[in-house]
Parts: sequence; structure tokens; C-alpha cells
Amino acid sequence: MTDFTFNSLLSRYAECIMWLARYMERMENLARLLEVTETFVRDGEGQTAWDSIISINSDEELFTQLHPANDPADAVSFYITEHANPGSIVSMAVAIRDNARAVRPLVSTEMWTHLNVFTRWLLDLDAGRAKLNNLSAVCTHIRQECQTHYGIAEGTLYHDQAWLFYRLGKHLERCDQITRLVDIRYHMLLPREERPGSEIDITQWTSVLRSAAAYHAFRRLRPVAVTPSNIVGFLLKNESFPRSLAGNLRLVDETLTFLANHAGLRDLCAPLQECLDELRATLSDQTAEDIISRGLHDYMNWIQRQLTQIQAAIATTFWPQPPVGAHGAQLQRQE
Amino acid sequence: MSDATLHAPSSTQFSGLLDNYRIPDFFCELMNRQGPVPAAVQSVRNRLASLDLEELRRRTTAAEAQLYRMGITFTVYSNREAIDRILPFDAIPRVITAQEWDHIERGVQQRIAALNLFLHDIYHDRKVLRDGIIPAELVLNNPNYCAAMIGLKVPGGVYVHVSGTDLIRDRDGRFLILEDNARTPSGVSYVIENRHMMLRLMPDLASGLPIRSVEEYGPRLHQTLCEVAPEGVVDPQVVLLSPGIYNSAYFEHVFLSREMGVPLVEGKDLFVDNHRVFMRTVTGPRPVHAIYRRLNDEFLDPLVFNPDSLLGVPGLIEAYRRGNVTLANALGTGVADDKAVYAYMPRIIRYYLGEDPILESVDTHICAEPEGLAYTLANLDKLVVKPVGESGGYGLIIGPHATAAELEDFRHKLLENPANYISQPVIGLSVTPTLCPDGVEARHVDLRPFALTGRAVWVLPGGLSRVALRKGSLVVNSSQGGGSKDTWVMAS
Repeated sequence: MTDFTFNSLLSRYAECIMWLARYMERMENLARLLEVTETFVRDGEGQTAWDSIISINSDEELFTQLHPANDPADAVSFYITEHANPGSIVSMAVAIRDNARAVRPLVSTEMWTHLNVFTRWLLDLDAGRAKLNNLSAVCTHIRQECQTHYGIAEGTLYHDQAWLFYRLGKHLERCDQITRLVDIRYHMLLPREERPGSEIDITQWTSVLRSAAAYHAFRRLRPVAVTPSNIVGFLLKNESFPRSLAGNLRLVDETLTFLANHAGLRDLCAPLQECLDELRATLSDQTAEDIISRGLHDYMNWIQRQLTQIQAAIATTFWPQPPVGAHGAQLQRQE
Repeated sequence: MSDATLHAPSSTQFSGLLDNYRIPDFFCELMNRQGPVPAAVQSVRNRLASLDLEELRRRTTAAEAQLYRMGITFTVYSNREAIDRILPFDAIPRVITAQEWDHIERGVQQRIAALNLFLHDIYHDRKVLRDGIIPAELVLNNPNYCAAMIGLKVPGGVYVHVSGTDLIRDRDGRFLILEDNARTPSGVSYVIENRHMMLRLMPDLASGLPIRSVEEYGPRLHQTLCEVAPEGVVDPQVVLLSPGIYNSAYFEHVFLSREMGVPLVEGKDLFVDNHRVFMRTVTGPRPVHAIYRRLNDEFLDPLVFNPDSLLGVPGLIEAYRRGNVTLANALGTGVADDKAVYAYMPRIIRYYLGEDPILESVDTHICAEPEGLAYTLANLDKLVVKPVGESGGYGLIIGPHATAAELEDFRHKLLENPANYISQPVIGLSVTPTLCPDGVEARHVDLRPFALTGRAVWVLPGGLSRVALRKGSLVVNSSQGGGSKDTWVMAS
């Protein structure tokens, strides 16, 4: 039986390890999104739709500020090597390493060494190498490094309170990522509903699945037709899919239950769990068709606001005395 | 190819590491013992002879890459950029025989015992001052003398819980104490990490030798801190207080907190309520009883010291004064490792312990005193002159190595503020074979053993051997181009 009560995790450690996990998840998603966009996502003129990534991340303002020419092709360096963008892969890597440095007494030498080497690789990556013709290789490498990290975490992270906060961060971030992806892509593709069945349409919709590493899993369900509502339903509601909203909400809920039961934090966790229960109920009570017909965008927006509130409530519950961590707050996305 | 090499015995074509080593005019730890060669030294020599230079370079490069990847680094700041540096690692070990170690160990134990008695005295009865053993103004006007410590009873009478004593060897191989470090000495993590590295890198060199283990340091440190926790606390909560991730010694803070299994905290993780110290955890405030602080006195509590410091904990000193928490080391220990007070240490040892010093000090002239200043000025070109308040090898001049202009310049600085300086003869520091760009050459080396003091003084059987990598240099500090090597204390 795992005993989560024996240590009382420093609040700062909890904050840092949670953000470490969130950024790692966010980085992997971004790398996948960039790669898929480059390969599969085209606009009406056959041009790569870089602007869709900018809107998924709500980065229009910063992007215009840093790239006044507003050339969407600059999105690649903006999201990989640009230090001025706190949401770029290199900025996130630095934030991950700073957070890991803060919790270094808790993480294994293997985990630290891997993050240290990976971050140095990213810091040495010049903008030229991450250009278009090399983008796929760079993104693949980043994704694999993220996955190596998960493997090391799975195999070496001691299962104490710190691990629970790591899990909270990881699964909350997955919830956030999948709702952003579904929301923006759906809206981008919606007008094309008018000419269903066309070649480009299917490619575009399957690219949404690919962005979430869901394409082959979805295929295995052998849906009669590839329809937007099938895809939305799969990404939001299929609990077997590791990145689905429903699955990750369940994992956040389970992790909170662990904290509540085993760390003697029942009272502290109760309001958080109520909020999660409500979220999960709205999702299980509706079909994908319901969600779409009632307004997918509004629903995704609402979920994201709830997720932001849960993150804020976790902060006030477990690290009530700001300022605490090395990184975190300044990199949170503005809604 | 010359005749000489053609006719040389074939074995030199695969020459051992030390075949071309030029033995200098200094005591060499491995090659010039000025007497019979101890068996332990001989066996390391024999093993080194079976390695060649390329192999050693290959292994050294691998070792340094590994240290860098693992982040066993210290941070240097230049142009507002933080650069992670490793402490250059030399793979040729430094050997200390069991007999030599016995001498060092007893000498360090005696020294620490005297330092603690001295500190207790100057913060209580001041007998040592009344008896004229050391000038009162040197102690009471010392910038490190801490008024908050006057009359305060500390657990076990221990002020210096963690210490590092800098030793050097002269031309005759005599160990001398060069400096005491009684505040927050660093470097012990390198002692242990160097050993791990050495065992990975040179298993063939170490195997079967009776090398004493350095693994015990972490548990011993924890035990020491528990021993000096406030009376009546069962199972005290120990923490390590660090200035944070941007501190140059942060790696060592991580290392030690991990070895002890205690939280590594920053000032903002702690708070004081009703004169008791707590840490902020996810389950709420948790009491803290003993703090191994790697933060200098002046940053510990903005209410008492530097009000602008964000690193400390408001109210910590009052909690300490009330005996609710132990700080290790105590406040105000900097008087004891002051470079001017150093000159009086032999007398201080005799005064408190009635014994002669087991480890001698280097002759020291105090420029605050007229005779000392006169002597120093007359012999500037032969002496090492050091500012009393500096550490890390900054601001000193080595007379024989300085140009006439540098000496003249220094003479003015010295005359402007004589009280800021002491002078010592230049010691012909011992050397040790070290891997250099042109092969294995002699480089000067010192030794910092670490001691822990709770109920008794325990000395880690090992130490940080720092090497001056620049040819002829006597400055071993890491900030000034020093490296380090593993120190093998032999059990027999």
C-alpha cells in the first residue's frame, strides 16, 4: 500500500512538479501539432495553415507584436526557437528545467540528466535548423524526448505526494490541450461542411486526429463514416483514448481522490472534486451531436474556464502563500 | 628517431603514465616522498604505470562530459548570463596513507574543539580576551562578531557543526593548516561525486585497494543536526536552507538534502509564528527544528540583518534566540575563521586545551600590528599578502610571482588600510601528477577535510584535493581555474 502521508510535500515542490508535468505535456502537443500542420493542414490555396496554430494557442497578439509582417511562416521559429515567446518549445524547456532544478531533490538523477541534456540541445538549436525542410525531423526528436521523459518518470519517480501533483499537472494539461484542439479545428473546418466528401475535407479531418495521436486508434473503431461528430465524440468522450477529455478528467479525479484519502486532505480536496464531478457529468450526459448542435465552441470555452478555475483552486489550496514557485504563473495562458 | 629511443628498452614504447613525469623541486604526493615510499603509494604508482596517456585522456574526457550532463556543476555569472561549469576533474588520485590520516584527523578534531570553546568564550565570559591571549578589539570589532549571539546558550555548546579545514603540505611534506572555514564551507559534494566518478572511470585502478569510504557523510550530517536540535524534540525535522536555484553551489545543496533525505527549502518556504519555525507544505504548516543553512548570516533574517534581503525568514533569529530552532552553523562563527584571528590559533589551542597544536599553522604577520606591518613592507617580494575579509583567493598578492609595478601598487593598498591584511611566507606547496595539455605534469595541490560536530567531532575520511591547473600557480580555488581530484585515504 502506498503511503502518501509520511512526507509533507513542500508547497513549492508541489507547484514546481505540477508545472513541470504541464509544460512537458504542452511541449509534446505543440511539437505534434507543428509537425501535423506542416504535413497535412492546408488552406484553400494549398498553403500550410500556420495561423491555425496561432489561434489554438491564443497567441495572435504576441505573434503580431514580434512579427509585424504577420507572415504565418514565421510561426515555426515563433513556436520552436523564439525565447521572447514564453510558449515556445525552447522557453518551455527552460521552464521545465528550472522547475526540475527546484525539485531536484525529489527527481531521479536519470530524470534530471535527461532534462538537462534535452534542454541544452534545444538551446543550441538555431532557428535555421528548425526551418521548414527540417521541421518534421526536429519535431519528431522533440516528441521522442518528451516520451523518453514520461518513460523515466514512470520508471523512477517515487510514488509519493510529488508524484500525485505530477499526475494532476499532466492530466489537467491534456484536458486543456484536447479542448483547444477540438474547438479551433472544428471552427476552421466548419465552413467546408458545405462540400462534404471532398478529398481535402477528409485529409483535414483526419489531421485533427493525427494532431492528437488518435488516427490509428480511431480507425480501429471502424466507424461507418468519418464525420465531424464521430471525431469530436472520439476525442472528447472515449475514455480508452489516452488523450481524451473524459479519460483525463477521470484521471484528475482519481488523483484528487488519492490525495484526499491517503494524504489526509479530504477537506481541502472536496471543493475541487465537486467542480470535477460537474464537469464530468456534463460530458457524459451529452452525445457529440448534442454538444455540436448546442454549440461546441461555447461548451469548449466553458470547459476551459472550469479547468483554469481548477488550476487556480489547486494553487490556493496547496500553495496559498504566493509567491512560491520558480516558474508557473507567468507562463499560464491568458484566456 | 634518435639513437637513444632506438636503443631504449622496448617497454618505453608503451610507456606508463609516469615515465616522462618530471619530478619538481617540491614534495610530490606520489613521486617524491623524500623518504621510503609507503606501500599504498607504491601500489597506486604501479597501477598507473600500466595506463597510457591516450587512455587517460579518453577516460577524462568521458568523465567531464558525464559531470556536465548530470549537472554536477557550479554556476558562474558573466555579462548577466549564467554559465554552468564543471569543476575540472583530474583522474589521477591523490593518496593519503593511514598514518598521515591519523595525524590529520587528530589535528582537525583538536582544532574544531578549540574553535568551539573559543566561540563560546567570546560570546560569554570573554576570558580569552581578559587574559590577553588575543587582542580584544580584533574579536569585538570584527565585522563577523555577532551581537545577537552574546549570552546565548547553544545546544551542546557547538557553534561550528560543519567545517572545512584547508591544509597544505610544505617542501618537507609537513601538513600545515592554511585556513579554517567555519561558516558555510562548500565542496563536500565533490568529495563524494569524485569518488563515484573515479569508481566508474578507473575501476581497474581502485580495485582491491583499502580505500576508505566517503558514503557516510550524508547520514552523519543528518545525525549531527538531530543531536543539536532543541532539547526535548523527538524525531526533529531537519531542513537545508538554500539561497535557491540560482546560487552557484545549488548542486551541493541538492546533493546534501538528498543524501540526508530532508527538504531543501528556500526562505520563502519557511515562516515564523509565535517564535517557532514552520515550513509551508501541501498539508499545511509543519514545524522545523534544525536548519542546516547555506545562507550567510546577513541574509538569514531581514528583521535583524539586511532588511532588503528576500532570501531569509523574518523572525528566524528571535526563534533561534529562544531556543526553538537550531541553526547550523551558529551565527557569528566568522570571527573564528578570520584570517587575522588565525594567527592566534596556536595560542588559542594551548589556552583552552593545554596541548600543543597537532597540526601547525603557517607563520602569520598581522599588518594591523606595527611589527607585522614593518616586516611585511620590508619583505613584500618574499611574502603572500592576503586581505583578511576575502575568500576564494581574491585580492591577494604572491610576492615572488609579482612584478615590481604590482608590488608597488600593492604597497599603497596595504598602507591605506593595514588592518585589512596579513602576510605569510610563500610555502612551497606540495605537488601531484596531473593530466595537462602536454602530458602528466606536477601541479600544486591542497586538501580540505570536512568535519561534523555534534556530540563529538567526526572527520570524513577523505577530502577535497584542489589542484591549481595553471603551471606554477599556487591558487587552487575553483573560481580561479582550479580543478579537483579524488582523495584516497587508505585504511592501511
